[in-house]
Amino acid sequence: MSTAHERLACKPADYKSDIKPIWCPGCGDYHVLMSFTRAFAELGLPPEQIVVVSGIGCSSRIPAYTNCYGFHGVHGRSLALAAGLKVTRPDLTVVVASGDGDGYSIGGNHFLHACRRNVDMTYVVMDNRIYGMTKGQPSPTTEPEFDTALSPGGTGLRPFHPLVVALASGANFVARCFSGEPNETAAVLAEAIRHPGFSFVEILSPCVTFRPDERDWKSQVHQAPVGATSDPAKAARRIMTDDGFNIGILYRGDRRPYQPAVVQRHVELSELEKEFEL
Amino acid sequence: MGNSQSISIGFVGSGGAGALTAGNLLLEAASAAGWQGLLTRTVGPQIRGGEAAALLRLASHPVECMPEQFDVLIGIDWLNAHRFGAEIKIGHDSLLIGDPRGGAVPPHIAEAGAREVQIPMKDMAKAIPDGRANMIALGIACRLVRLERETCLALLEKRLSDKGEAAIKASQAGLIAGYDAAQDLDLSLRLAAPKRATRKWLVSGNDATALGAIRGGIRFAAAYPITPATEILEWLAPNLPKVGGVLLQAEDELAAINMIIGASYGGTPSLTATSGPGLSLMIESLGLATAAEIPIVVVDVMRGGPSTGIPTKSEQADLNIAVYGCHGDAPHLVVAPQSIGDCLFTTQWAVYLAEALQTPAIVLSDQFIGQARAAIEKPADVAFIGQRSRATDISAAGAYKRYAIAGSGVSPMVVPGTSGGQYTADGLTHTERGIPTSGASDHQAQLDKRRDKLVRFAYGDHWATLEGSGDLAVVTWGSLTGAVREAIGRAAQDGVEVSLIAPRLLFPAQPERFAAAIAGKSRLLVVEQSHGAQFYRYLRAHYDLPGRVDVLNRPGPMPIGVSEIHRAIMERRA
Repeated sequence: MSTAHERLACKPADYKSDIKPIWCPGCGDYHVLMSFTRAFAELGLPPEQIVVVSGIGCSSRIPAYTNCYGFHGVHGRSLALAAGLKVTRPDLTVVVASGDGDGYSIGGNHFLHACRRNVDMTYVVMDNRIYGMTKGQPSPTTEPEFDTALSPGGTGLRPFHPLVVALASGANFVARCFSGEPNETAAVLAEAIRHPGFSFVEILSPCVTFRPDERDWKSQVHQAPVGATSDPAKAARRIMTDDGFNIGILYRGDRRPYQPAVVQRHVELSELEKEFEL
Repeated sequence: MGNSQSISIGFVGSGGAGALTAGNLLLEAASAAGWQGLLTRTVGPQIRGGEAAALLRLASHPVECMPEQFDVLIGIDWLNAHRFGAEIKIGHDSLLIGDPRGGAVPPHIAEAGAREVQIPMKDMAKAIPDGRANMIALGIACRLVRLERETCLALLEKRLSDKGEAAIKASQAGLIAGYDAAQDLDLSLRLAAPKRATRKWLVSGNDATALGAIRGGIRFAAAYPITPATEILEWLAPNLPKVGGVLLQAEDELAAINMIIGASYGGTPSLTATSGPGLSLMIESLGLATAAEIPIVVVDVMRGGPSTGIPTKSEQADLNIAVYGCHGDAPHLVVAPQSIGDCLFTTQWAVYLAEALQTPAIVLSDQFIGQARAAIEKPADVAFIGQRSRATDISAAGAYKRYAIAGSGVSPMVVPGTSGGQYTADGLTHTERGIPTSGASDHQAQLDKRRDKLVRFAYGDHWATLEGSGDLAVVTWGSLTGAVREAIGRAAQDGVEVSLIAPRLLFPAQPERFAAAIAGKSRLLVVEQSHGAQFYRYLRAHYDLPGRVDVLNRPGPMPIGVSEIHRAIMERRA
């Protein structure tokens, strides 16, 4: 365990690995990585005390680019893997990284139950409204008219609304960020990690290759005019009626995190067998 | 009146009539008297109501399979008994006990032409305040197998202690009435006295599996309910916390296996239990645990398949998916318990192997041994406790190679929190440091590593049960081992020597050991409960088999019985 003195010494660069990302030049995820390392430095967490867990997709490549412990698992199941880790190792800081396909489509069911379970971890979804790694198919957050090879003329489907779903399912902290503002994003991430229970941070992170139109997000995002509420009904109304580019912490709940007590062994194994003895 | 090897007795009734309670109590009373036994319960798909039967076989030796027909069948009522069809068979010499107000004996039971005795169980119960017909039936059964009346009464007092004095008195009065009513009944069978007083256990395969998991070191379980595996999870739920463990209910099986992968990555030996449909959902992540070298244990209590199949009945048809289910080349451990008692050993061993080899282990139990209850000798304590090779002292940052190619193929595993050991576990093909790569040499090297660590490990004699000698060997696996052993014993009485080969370790295959086991045999008889003869094909794929190989295979739910196996042996004797 590091001392407080050593923790102060950790700079953002200390949380970066020497592995070169596979992301395209200009990808929003570079800035998310920057926000991760700044948030970790701000919190003063030793890198070995953090585990970054992810699924599959461009954004899910992020664990290996940090100098933390990481798990790059299968598509869509990162939240479940992280829950198993956190309940057995409550001493660790667990951050889950995902994308809109990984988190909202194939992993949609786990998203609901992770919000409901409220294990103390932070869920960061880099939303670029497209499947980037498979070269441009519509995701649950893609606009209905967006034309792709797999959906000629658009899907015609109403986009998924992750923040409202998170609220309705019991998430304890809900925020929206923009990757192009790494300092603000880092501050929100640090708050999300500090907040007890399941924190959900949706980061708008442009895909410059398959969604060049998302470069315009820079001019569209704006700080939320009012601060976070602790009233889920109020938060839901705000999120349902805003323009989707409202940035900041939108909801802070006070539900108690789910953490079954991990007690030291207090019963001999032979005690357990007693019920089988005649 | 001659001594019998075993006595089999069944209680039948409509749901709620108490047939299962009577069966449980009879098993317990018999084991208190020193006998061993096996109890299976068969129920319809209805959660409440419908039909229920408790089927017992008692003996002075270990009982590992059910008889093909029952010596005594007690119908508390026969109202829904026709739904059992051919599942419950009686013979010409059997004794049938019914209630004059309990309806007609169903045709498939009546056609055996057995002696039928009427005892007015319902009316007798009515004469006792709060009396129940199933206690009358229990009294009859206790008398027929010549249990001491006092033993039975003491058991009722012990078992019903939380129900109050009145309930105990009512049940005891019922038992006495039944016992007395059967005083003059002549059952031409008599169990040989138990050899010696020993410490007995009364346990189901699923409970034994759960205990074996904890004994092996499991301290985290993820749970998604599924028939017939749920009891394992329900046993672990209250017991894991007593030893410092945690159980988490998952939203589905995809989550369950990923939860245990996460917990194990964090350093906690972890397990989940499921059945075929759940295993199907877990397979992708089983490949992840193989590639990322995360030890986990997945118990599959097999039921009839494919698809939803027959959830409440047994089959051995998940062998293929357990061994070959993963995409890519993903060798992992597959083991199978051979009896209720062996569920404890094999699961404990699976934890040990998974931890030692940093790979998933699938335990192939089945509905028969999982849900049956047995009175057995207390299983021996074994020393297998999961111990992972750990990297604890990492001298220089960046020097640690999680997937280092070492001699045994097992590379020390670091747990999060260890300074300087940071790495990312990955399902992508990776280098020794765990960095993703698509290079041919790393792919080959890591595939070799994961294969070699399984092949080079010394599994010891537990890999298989090998018994007897003779030119003919019967090769079987899992819960059929007991029936085959008994059939071989019967053949020995006929003067025919036959050997038994039952692999407990199904994967990795053990070609040298198997070759030694079949050395000198000229013919094999393969016995398995699968329509597609999966075990036979597995043997063909992994082992050189001698000239003549025959297969006795059938899908569930009708178990392959001792007589069938005995007949097949006698037809093939040299």
